Amino acid sequence: MTDIAKLPPGPLGSSSQRAVIWARKNLFNSWFNSILTLGSIAALFWIIPPMIEWGITNATLTPSIEACREVTGACWGFVNANLRLILFGTYPYDEQWRPLLAMVVLVGIIIGSLGAVPYAGMRKWIIPMWLVGIPVIAILMWGGVLGLTYVQNSYWGGLPLTLILSSIGIIFAFPLGLLLALGRQSSMPAIKTLSVVYIEIIRGVPLITVLFMASVMFPLFLPEGVTIDKLLRAQIGIILFTAAYLAEVFRGGLQAVPNGQFEAGNSLGLSYWQSMRLIILPQAMRLVIPPTVGSFISMFKDTTLVVIIGLFDLLNTVKLALRSDPAWTRYYVEGYAFAAAIFFLFCYSMARYAAYLEKELRKGEQR
Amino acid sequence: MIPAENNLPRKDDFIAVHDLGKSFGAVHALRGISFSVPRGETMAIIGPSAAGKSVLMKCLVGLYAPDTGRICLDGEDVSTTGNETRKKWAEKTGMLFQHNALFDSLQVWENICFSLIESRKLSRKVARDHAVDLLGLVGLDPDSAGLRPSDLSGGMQKRVGIARAIATDPEILLLDNPTAGLDPVLSNHIENMIAAIAQKRGTTVITITNDMKIARHRYQNLAMLHDGTLQWTGPTTEIENAGNAYLTQMLSGSSQGPITMRTGKRQDQLFA
Ligand SMILES: Nc1ncnc2c1ncn2[C@@H]1O[C@H](COP(=O)(O)OP(=O)(O)OP(=O)(O)O)[C@@H](O)[C@H]1O
Ligand SMILES: [Mg+2]
Repeated sequence: MTDIAKLPPGPLGSSSQRAVIWARKNLFNSWFNSILTLGSIAALFWIIPPMIEWGITNATLTPSIEACREVTGACWGFVNANLRLILFGTYPYDEQWRPLLAMVVLVGIIIGSLGAVPYAGMRKWIIPMWLVGIPVIAILMWGGVLGLTYVQNSYWGGLPLTLILSSIGIIFAFPLGLLLALGRQSSMPAIKTLSVVYIEIIRGVPLITVLFMASVMFPLFLPEGVTIDKLLRAQIGIILFTAAYLAEVFRGGLQAVPNGQFEAGNSLGLSYWQSMRLIILPQAMRLVIPPTVGSFISMFKDTTLVVIIGLFDLLNTVKLALRSDPAWTRYYVEGYAFAAAIFFLFCYSMARYAAYLEKELRKGEQR
Repeated sequence: MIPAENNLPRKDDFIAVHDLGKSFGAVHALRGISFSVPRGETMAIIGPSAAGKSVLMKCLVGLYAPDTGRICLDGEDVSTTGNETRKKWAEKTGMLFQHNALFDSLQVWENICFSLIESRKLSRKVARDHAVDLLGLVGLDPDSAGLRPSDLSGGMQKRVGIARAIATDPEILLLDNPTAGLDPVLSNHIENMIAAIAQKRGTTVITITNDMKIARHRYQNLAMLHDGTLQWTGPTTEIENAGNAYLTQMLSGSSQGPITMRTGKRQDQLFA
């Protein structure tokens, strides 16, 4: 270790000296860490250059099969040529500005509401934003009014579908999960049992089974003549599934709030719901943000499983594009890499947002 | 021990507890507790650790429903929880919890005026001014109003808890160790304040304390609990001729007497 006393005078030495100190402290502070550091550097040298060569230097963006055959690197031309098919699926070509706009609105209210969460004064706008936003999105997607042609939702696909399924899923799974978590803690045996059974059953089966049940079994329970749309069934399946996982996350947070807080609320004459809303939930929620966002990230990725009931989400539209012309089929790596990049973009943003939110809320706590 | 028949609740008793029992599984936290406090009087509850003092107080405020016996407040039976009468009396009661139980999600002033804002619909502006007044009463300066409870020292938190307990000008004030952990000057100040509240507002005060001097000289009545049972109750002026071995030992803090500690290894072995 560097002896601080031997450093030249000045706040922390020159910047190169600081870099050396930082490296020693963080990268080479023990023989084991030194090996890890050197190993990682070697691995990066081994992986990065070929990736750059394949993905950038030797790649082409030209949307033609001829151009792709000439290069040794990636054929981004496939993505370029099929971009609209991948992003919007089978939505009528001339109307694709509508899902695009709907997506912009959706991402806008998502960012708007996420941004409002840390600020108590802004939070009251979240619900109105969705109340206005959802109908706008629905009108854009379905049409049939305001001179927009009607588009059946079996034609929806691609990124808008993925975003709609997951954000509607989150919006409904959140309160349902909360109710289940409270139900599980309830002193009323019937409610408690019901919640426990529900949570444990759902957590005991994979999402793919829930979706399958939703699409095949669910209609069997409906009265004769009533049919529920495939998309809606998938949406309900996703909500029911995510709610069970969220319930467990919330339960952890609720249990971490000391019982004395509840008693104090009670002694002040607060009702159960008042104590919950004003005292318990604010504390519990702060604790569960990281795992909650974790659940949302996995739900966002899990929406890809809707392929099994024949919906064209982002991953499935890539497949659609690959099959659109046999010549493209060999460029599946590029297609899936593109889809992966989009998923990564969303998931990574959510993870960063969770980190930011945690910091913001802790600031509030210390204020 | 005083036979229970002598302690049947009388009509003129404001707080009357009769044959109260409360268990948690196999733990009998309270058994056959009977005592009463006239309106506007003060009572100190003393007793060794785990005697059931805090449980008794939580029964009085309505957090725990007694298993047996009755609690009457001003002649109204509040032994069952969850009804309107119980709720009405909970709102007329202010309580300080042993561990304060301040709400960390709220600022200090919101903590203090919580029920005024939520239940009595006081405007936030008025409530905040009221909270600042109360902070002054317990010797805290107005700047602390905007802090979070977690940013306060232990003694400051206790005082915020006391301010919250008296915020609604309650008819009954229940204080679980209001001066524990406070310095002598501050503790004297708080006891003066409690006495003043009882005298000027006619509030009936029950305080749990481990400070025998405070219990004897600051309160009109005394109740001593031991192992879930009531060992002695009566006016503090009669303590001298009580002739109760538990009470005598409690007051003197002697290690000789009926109150025993369950020590595993003998002390002289451990600290040889
Ligand atoms: N909610 C509860 N659940 C189970 N047991 C409890 C509960 N509250 C109290 N007890 C038990 O009841 C007994 C009396 O507890 P209590 O808190 O009244 O003691 P105390 O007299 O206030 O002691 P101290 O002076 O140490 O605060 C203890 O044995 C305790 O473990
Ligand atoms: Mg106690």
